[in-house]
Amino acid sequence: MNPASHIPGQAADLGALPVGFQGRIRAIRVDGPGGPLPGPELERRLLELGFTEGAPVEILHQGLFRDPIAVRVAGSTVALRRREARAVIVEPA
Amino acid sequence: MSESLLAHTAAPAGAAAPWVALVGNPNCGKTALFNALTGSRQHVANYPGVTVERKVGRSMTPGGRELRLIDLPGTYALRARSPDEAVTRDVVLGRLKGEVAPDLLLLVADATNLRPALRLALELKDAGRPILLALNMMDIARHRGFRIDLDRLSRELGVAVVESVAVRRQGTDALLARLDGMLADLPPPGPVTWQEGAAGNVRAAQREADRILAACVAAPADPSSGTRRIDAVLLHPVLGLIILLAVLFLMFQAVFAWATPAMDAIDAGFSALGGLTDAMLPESGALGLLRSFIHDGLIGGVGSVLVFLPQILVLFLFILLLEDFGYMARAAFLMDRIMGGAGLHGRSFIPLLSSFACAIPGIMATRVIDSRHDRLATILVAPLMTCSARIPVYTLIIAAFVPNRPVGEGALAWVNLQGLVMFGLYAAGIASALLVSFVIKKVLWRQHATEPFMLQLPDYKLPSARNLAIGLWQRALVFMRRAGTTILSMMVLIWFLSSVPRPPEGATEPAIEYSFAAMIGRAVEPVLSPVGFNWQISMALIPGMAAREVAVASLGTVYSVAGGEDDSAGLGQALAGKWSLATALAFLAWYVFAPQCAATLGVIRRETGSRRWMLVSFGYMLALAYLAAFATYQIAVLLGAG
Repeated sequence: MNPASHIPGQAADLGALPVGFQGRIRAIRVDGPGGPLPGPELERRLLELGFTEGAPVEILHQGLFRDPIAVRVAGSTVALRRREARAVIVEPA
Repeated sequence: MSESLLAHTAAPAGAAAPWVALVGNPNCGKTALFNALTGSRQHVANYPGVTVERKVGRSMTPGGRELRLIDLPGTYALRARSPDEAVTRDVVLGRLKGEVAPDLLLLVADATNLRPALRLALELKDAGRPILLALNMMDIARHRGFRIDLDRLSRELGVAVVESVAVRRQGTDALLARLDGMLADLPPPGPVTWQEGAAGNVRAAQREADRILAACVAAPADPSSGTRRIDAVLLHPVLGLIILLAVLFLMFQAVFAWATPAMDAIDAGFSALGGLTDAMLPESGALGLLRSFIHDGLIGGVGSVLVFLPQILVLFLFILLLEDFGYMARAAFLMDRIMGGAGLHGRSFIPLLSSFACAIPGIMATRVIDSRHDRLATILVAPLMTCSARIPVYTLIIAAFVPNRPVGEGALAWVNLQGLVMFGLYAAGIASALLVSFVIKKVLWRQHATEPFMLQLPDYKLPSARNLAIGLWQRALVFMRRAGTTILSMMVLIWFLSSVPRPPEGATEPAIEYSFAAMIGRAVEPVLSPVGFNWQISMALIPGMAAREVAVASLGTVYSVAGGEDDSAGLGQALAGKWSLATALAFLAWYVFAPQCAATLGVIRRETGSRRWMLVSFGYMLALAYLAAFATYQIAVLLGAG
């Protein structure tokens, strides 16, 4: 629904970014090599937890081996694994 | 009050008190509000056929109107991903069989995090029921600098809005008054227009919720700065793990240290009660059988289960405290990577850890795991963790058969061989639990992939004493109700097998040698002899089902050791003379895996809502126990320990 070609060069996926990153969500893209959830289901769950286009995000913490991450998104804090976070396309603030 | 609660579903229409269903996101303070509204007037059971807890209660409005409240599992959306959320959806839509459709939906929202709640509010409007939105934790929101325009919010959303503070006295007065007014003039239920939406619908609803949020709520720049500062320490990749370990260490110290006096008291109480029966009834004849039934079957059976109650309460005190504080989600965060390797969810960590004390509270604690398959996998492996009831069995056999000497010289001189074997038994339990869960989740249930770890980390808040008290009371009730029914009936069966038929007059052998247990022991001896068990051991396994340590006492009886269970040194010597080392090692291997605990099986049956998973646990653990004991025995014999 948001093909990669629409994403400018500076955008990155949330799963690849370090602690301290601050930015805004550009798109939810679930066509990549995902985790256990089918794409549409992952997309709905991310949306339900607050990962919507335009929402501000910040990576607050990460686990011992970089995973999982704790993300501040539009007023709540959500923990997720980097594999799922790859579906969240962000651009720096 | 409680008998009227039990009859709630059968209440006649019309005259009955109206039903109010509490709906809300996880961590919104919904249960605290439910506790504040109902106090102790609540009743917990399971929905038929599913493992979801059904919590109902009663309350009274200032206008004298009686209310019936139902606390539904927390959810972000009506479309259901788990059995819990399916219950919420079906009750809200009036679709759940055997459940009356609610007259009013009380949507509970965390006033400091309204965003997901407003989207849920928009969705709930399609359920065709009147809605009251309660902005809970309003005191905290004000303190943090939130400014919420309630009138505008109500107009924009098209639902009634009221403030509440669940944890404060009079914090629910306005809410109850509002409920009173709405229930006095209930419109007829509208049509249910709700349909499960695709991602696009969620997006559109969130956009609308964001518009309303921007119009009605002025939020401070960083409302969670306090939580963020605490998390900088508690979620630190290294320091956070060290603190988690320290918390757990404290928890287990408390489970053993604080619970022991109460456990001793319960033990002494039941012994005294048993002694009283002995004084009143003769030892032989038909009354002797009655005496044995009352003393060993009823009093002994109930006592051997109730003795775990103090440990369960202490453990749950910690679990509820940490959950209320907001730390449990953090513990899951810290352990997720490690648990994930075995196919388990981060949330499985605390239940498995609790199982080191006793599998019963561990299995009860799996309720925090949302996904049914993740929860089942955790329940299935929890009994493999070395519980405290195995300790007497392990120490007895180790003391009798393993020499008390250093493993080696030099650097190894401080490692004691007995301690090493004990450690090995614990390690075997952990390794097998992780291995079994790996097989279950990554091989058998590949199609039910592990739920991705995605969970909200709530802001920290001070636990409330009332919520703790009510939570503990409910855990205790659930456990005692179980102890009084399923578990007691199993205990009585075990007593029957170990005590009937009675020994003939002038019998010289211990009574148990004439019982069905002995007959079964002799009958299964051919099956168990490849693992090195003689018929006495086979027989002791039956009373050992009541509680693992009872097997020790039974062995004491059958080997006619003076002093019985209290004289474990004497029993150890007797065993050392009668068993080979191979048999002793096989016995230890058996106890690492064997489903030797009727109470645990009863709790598995209750928590999974089916006999099937109880039988699955029993079957796979028995198979593992046999294989492990067989391998241990045969290898030990080959090495010359036969």
